[in-house]
Amino acid sequence: MNEKLLKDMCQAFGPSGSECEIRAIIEAEIKNYVDEVTTDVLGNLIARKKADAPKMMLAGHMDQIGFLISHIDEKGYLKFANIGGFSEYALFNQRVKFKNGTIGVIRSERVENMKADFNMEKLYIDIAASSKEEAEKKVKIGDTCVYCNETYVDDNIIMTPALDDRIGCYIMIEAAKKLKNPVYDTYFVFTVQEEIGLKGARASGYTVDPDYAISFDVTGSFDTPNALKFPSKMGDGAAIKIKDNSLICSPDVVNFMEKVAKDNNIPYQFEILTIGGTDSGAIQMTKGGVKAGVVSVPSRYIHSDNEMCSVKDVENCVELTVKILETRIS
Amino acid sequence: MLIKRLTDANGLPGFECEVREIIKEEIKPYVDEMYTDRMGNLIAVKNKNKAGRHIALSAHMDEVGLCVSHIDKDGYIRFHSWGVDARILPAKIVRIGKDRVVGVTGTKAIHLQDPEERTKALPVDKLYIDIGAESKEEAEKLVEPGDFVAFDSEYVEFGNKVKAKALDDRAGCLAIIEMLKSDYPHKLTACFVVQEEVGLRGSIISAYQIDADLVLNLEGTIAADTMSIKEHQTVNIQGDGPSISMIDRTSIYLKKYIDALTEVADKNGIPYQFRRSQMGGTDAANYHVAHGGTPVVGLAVPCRYIHSPVSIVDKRDLENFLKLTQKFVFAYGNGEIL
Repeated sequence: MNEKLLKDMCQAFGPSGSECEIRAIIEAEIKNYVDEVTTDVLGNLIARKKADAPKMMLAGHMDQIGFLISHIDEKGYLKFANIGGFSEYALFNQRVKFKNGTIGVIRSERVENMKADFNMEKLYIDIAASSKEEAEKKVKIGDTCVYCNETYVDDNIIMTPALDDRIGCYIMIEAAKKLKNPVYDTYFVFTVQEEIGLKGARASGYTVDPDYAISFDVTGSFDTPNALKFPSKMGDGAAIKIKDNSLICSPDVVNFMEKVAKDNNIPYQFEILTIGGTDSGAIQMTKGGVKAGVVSVPSRYIHSDNEMCSVKDVENCVELTVKILETRIS
Repeated sequence: MLIKRLTDANGLPGFECEVREIIKEEIKPYVDEMYTDRMGNLIAVKNKNKAGRHIALSAHMDEVGLCVSHIDKDGYIRFHSWGVDARILPAKIVRIGKDRVVGVTGTKAIHLQDPEERTKALPVDKLYIDIGAESKEEAEKLVEPGDFVAFDSEYVEFGNKVKAKALDDRAGCLAIIEMLKSDYPHKLTACFVVQEEVGLRGSIISAYQIDADLVLNLEGTIAADTMSIKEHQTVNIQGDGPSISMIDRTSIYLKKYIDALTEVADKNGIPYQFRRSQMGGTDAANYHVAHGGTPVVGLAVPCRYIHSPVSIVDKRDLENFLKLTQKFVFAYGNGEIL
C-alpha cells in the first residue's frame, strides 16, 4: 500500500467541476508510466499507454461530493447547494473546507424535529465571519467546499471523506505502475463530474472511442447489522459488478473478469446494486455501444465523511486490474 | 414587435412549427444556411466559411402546456400536463391544436365543494377542458387525442415589465435572432431546439450536429423575489440583470467560463446576478458532454411566475440580457477572453 500517495489523493480538494488539484497529483504520479497525457475541455485527464491492439478504456472519477455557495447573508452565514447526492442527516455538524483553506461547519440552530430541521432550507455554513463583508473576503458566491476530515490508514482499513472515488483512481495508478505486458491500447481516464451524472465519462468516452471499458468505483458493503441482502462485503475480495442503476455490465466482460480472477487466484466477489451508478454506465452507450464492466471496492458509509474500505480488497483490485490488462478478452 | 409575435405563437413540445416559421422568416436574410432536422430543431449558420473560433447559441422553442389524452362521452376533454403546476390549472382559457379551438379548464363550483376539497388543489386527473361540445361526436369534430393545448394569454406591457406566456424560452429565441442580425468576424451557429420542457430532448440531437468551440445556452429562468420570500431564497431578483448559471440539476458550469462572462459584463458596465438555486435543468447538460466535451455558458432572463400563462420579465433585464449576449460573443470571437 502506497500510504502517502493514497493520503495525498484523499486529502486533495476536488468537488465536481473543480478537479484541478487532484488532477495535478494524478498527472505527476502517472506520467512516467504512460506514453502520453492530455487534459480535455471538461478537465478529464487521459493517460494513454499505446499498443497496436484493441482499445481498453479504464475510468475512475476524480471528483468528490461537495457544496456550492449560493448566498451569503448579512451576518456572514453561507447558504449552499449540494454537489452530488447527500443525506441531509449526514450533513449536520460536519466540518467543511474550501480550496483556500477556509474552514466552516454545517449547522442549523436547534434540532427539535429531525425531518424539519435537517433540510437544506434550515442548514447553513458558519465560517465564523461577523458580517457579509468579512465573509466575502474568504468565500465568494460560486465557491465550493468539501467535507473536512483526515484520512486514516492502517493494515486493515482505510477511512476517509473522499474514498469515493480517489480509491478507484489509486487502483488505476498502481495498476499502471505494475503493468508489464499490456495487451490493449490502454487509456487510463481520470474523469470529472461523475457525482452529478457521469458527465466526464460521457465526453471522454466519445473521445477515446474504446472497444472495451472498465470503470473503478466504490460500491456498498452489505455486512452491517441491518444490511440489505446484496452480495458485496468488505474484505471478501475485488468486486465484479453485475448491475447497478446505470448499467447492466456486459456478460462478456463480467465472465472475462471472473475467469482472470480465478486463473490468477485473486479473491473476488460479485456486486449487484439497485441504486447508484458509475462511469461505465455512460461509456457503455458511447456511439454504437461499448462492452463495459466495473471493478468495485465494497465500502461502508459512502457519501459520508467516514467512507471505509478494506486494504486487502484494494490490493486485490490492483492485482485483478493488472491481470485484466495482460489478458485478451476472447 | 418580435417578442410579442414569438410569445403569442403556440409551440408545445413536438409542435414547435408556428414558432419555427416565425424564426425562419426573421433570420433568413442574415444566415448562410439553415435546416430543420428530423426532430424539428432549427439549425442556422452564419459566416459558414470563416476560420477561427466557432461559437454556438442555443435556445428552446417549446413551451409548457397540456396535451389531450381522452374525450369522454359527454364531450369533455381530459389531458396530460407538460411541466405545468396543477394548482394553477383551474379556470384558464386554453387553445387546442392548430385551429386554436377555444376551451376552458372547468372545475366543481365552490358551492358544491366539501370543506376538505376547498383546501386542496385539484389533481390533473380531476380536471377537464370544456369546449362547449355536448357529446363525444361533437367534440371529436374539433379535437382529437394527441392535440396540444396552449394557454390563451396575450403579450401585455405594464410599467417596466412585460407579461406573456412562454417567455421561457422565447426570450432566449429572441436574443439569438437579434444576435444574427449583426455582423461578426467569426462563425456562429444558432440552434433553436425542440422538446426541452419534456426532458431536454431536442438538444440531445442538436449537440451532435454542431461542432462549436463554445456553446452559449440562453434561457428564461426562475425569479423568486416577491412577497414573503426570504433573502436567501431569492433565486433571482428582477431588475438585477441577466442571471448567470453556476450549477443546476443537470450541469455544473465551469468556473473559467463563468469568470470570462463576468469579465465582459464588468468591462461593459452590464449588471448581472448569479442564479441561486440548483433546481431545474437546461439544454446545457447535453452540449457539455457532446463530442469530447464542449464548454457551455448559461445565461438567462429571470421570469416571475414561470411555467404559468402569466410569466413576467423586466424590460431592463431583457435589454441587458441581449447586450451581454452580444458583447460576450464579440469578445470571445475576437479572442479577447478565454
